[in-house]
Amino acid sequence: MQAFEMLGLSLVELLINALMVIVGWLPESLAAPFQYAFMQRALLTSILVGAICGMLSCFVVLKRWSLLGDAISHAVLPGVAIAYLLGWPFFVGAFITGALTSLGIGAIERHTRIKSDAAMGLMFTAAFALGIVIISKIASNTHLMHILFGNVLGVQPSALLLTLFSGVLAVVVVALAYRPLLLYTFDPQQAQALGFNTGLIHYGLILLLTLTIVASLETVGIILVVAMLITPGATAHLLTDRFAVMLGLSVGVGVLSAVIGLSLSVTFDVASGGAIVLVATSLFLLALLLSPSHGLIARQWRRQRYKNG
Amino acid sequence: MISEPDSSAVDIQGVYAAYDGQPVLMDINLRLKAHQWTAIIGPNGAGKSTLFHLLIGSMKPLRGSIQVFGGSLSEHRRAGTIAYMAQREAIEWDFPISVKEAVMTARYGLMRQDTVWRRLLPPRWSARSHHQAVEEALEAVDMSALARRPIGALSGGQKKRVLLARALAQNAKVLLLDEPLAGVDPVSERLILKVLAQQRSAGRTILMVTHDLVGTRQHADHVVLINRGVVDQGIPEQMLSEHMLARMAVATPLDLAEEWQ
Repeated sequence: MQAFEMLGLSLVELLINALMVIVGWLPESLAAPFQYAFMQRALLTSILVGAICGMLSCFVVLKRWSLLGDAISHAVLPGVAIAYLLGWPFFVGAFITGALTSLGIGAIERHTRIKSDAAMGLMFTAAFALGIVIISKIASNTHLMHILFGNVLGVQPSALLLTLFSGVLAVVVVALAYRPLLLYTFDPQQAQALGFNTGLIHYGLILLLTLTIVASLETVGIILVVAMLITPGATAHLLTDRFAVMLGLSVGVGVLSAVIGLSLSVTFDVASGGAIVLVATSLFLLALLLSPSHGLIARQWRRQRYKNG
Repeated sequence: MISEPDSSAVDIQGVYAAYDGQPVLMDINLRLKAHQWTAIIGPNGAGKSTLFHLLIGSMKPLRGSIQVFGGSLSEHRRAGTIAYMAQREAIEWDFPISVKEAVMTARYGLMRQDTVWRRLLPPRWSARSHHQAVEEALEAVDMSALARRPIGALSGGQKKRVLLARALAQNAKVLLLDEPLAGVDPVSERLILKVLAQQRSAGRTILMVTHDLVGTRQHADHVVLINRGVVDQGIPEQMLSEHMLARMAVATPLDLAEEWQ
């Protein structure tokens, strides 16, 4: 375990050094804040979170799981609180309550006449309320604010390590199970007909989503992580008609939003989570206007040309 | 395709199924002979789709058994023996995928038998045999020219043809077709019927759910009238008479739910 952690930390060191080489090429005014170790950690964490969220957001958007993502991210709160109480790593508690809530949603959906949106709304608000009650008893408001909205400048090396691990795991899983995941997202019935274990794929994807949300906790926070799980994928969906390209573009949008958002938050001294999400939204609006295939301008132009013969 | 000419491809014995707690199918006994074209005809809500869901494994029967070529259904699903053509509404046509890639998904099951390193590569670099099967299937439905088009940019008839190509690309022994002719233009309809007739001559077993009586009369070898249960079955001339169709329409026992107990 110790050796594993050492290995991880030296990997983090390596990645930060590589990043600093790139930062070194930037103009002095942009590069200056990154001489501090906490800024370097913040940068690496943001990039990792942007990339994993970007990757997962393709599945979330195409599978119409936006509300489910919202639900899981809220459901993570009581887990964090309980883990804090018991002195466990946040990750473990968050994972347990996130997974339990998604199972609860599935159970209500299947066994009662309540529809899925109501089932989600019901379960995640209950979990969230439990989290708020526990935290109000044991921690300060600043603490709660950090969990809800993220505090990337305060990321500790251990948290960064966890984010790195989650990122590597998510990439490995998506790469190894690329075909089943693609098929399940595209046409679950066909996946079933070809004898794939759709239950395993379904819950595997939900676990991956939970992992991503937990990994993003300290960067953008519980509330805003949903944006990072929707906006990059939605932006990429407007730009391409190929799934593999969409994955790449979505990761790009996620990373770009994270980096630009972080710089803006330092420059203007505003909340980093909010800045990152606003940059992502701006990129979405740009794609909505300018996309050559599905953008509003291109569409209007084609319509005009059609009208004029 | 080494099976006895008269052997059965699919054997459904005493199958009961319920959907959302409501009984839908009761005591279905059906034997589909290999190399035959069977049409399933029944009114809306007769349980035709449910029967298909049972055959592709997205639903389990409450009672009874389904065998395929004497083996279990799940074993044959994994082996790729059964190909399935979905209804158009079952697919998300906005999905960022090209025609060729969409048809290629039919090979994903078979790709599990490829070597490990092949399976790690993106689908685009899969073995020549997969590409060949996909290209032949697209050729058969006359969609080769549109192979690189996004699926969302196709017309209704073209979408149906892509779904058929996907079923063909699997090179399966049994083809399950869920309303292959619903809402298609006359050109596509003729093409689809021609392709299916070729598949039938090539020795494939075809099972289709349809409302198209003309096409069924022309092509099917065997017709099954269904309404919650099997009403009757036989050759098209007998089954598609006014008398039989009227009998099918009123066949649903009103006290089905009671009988269920």
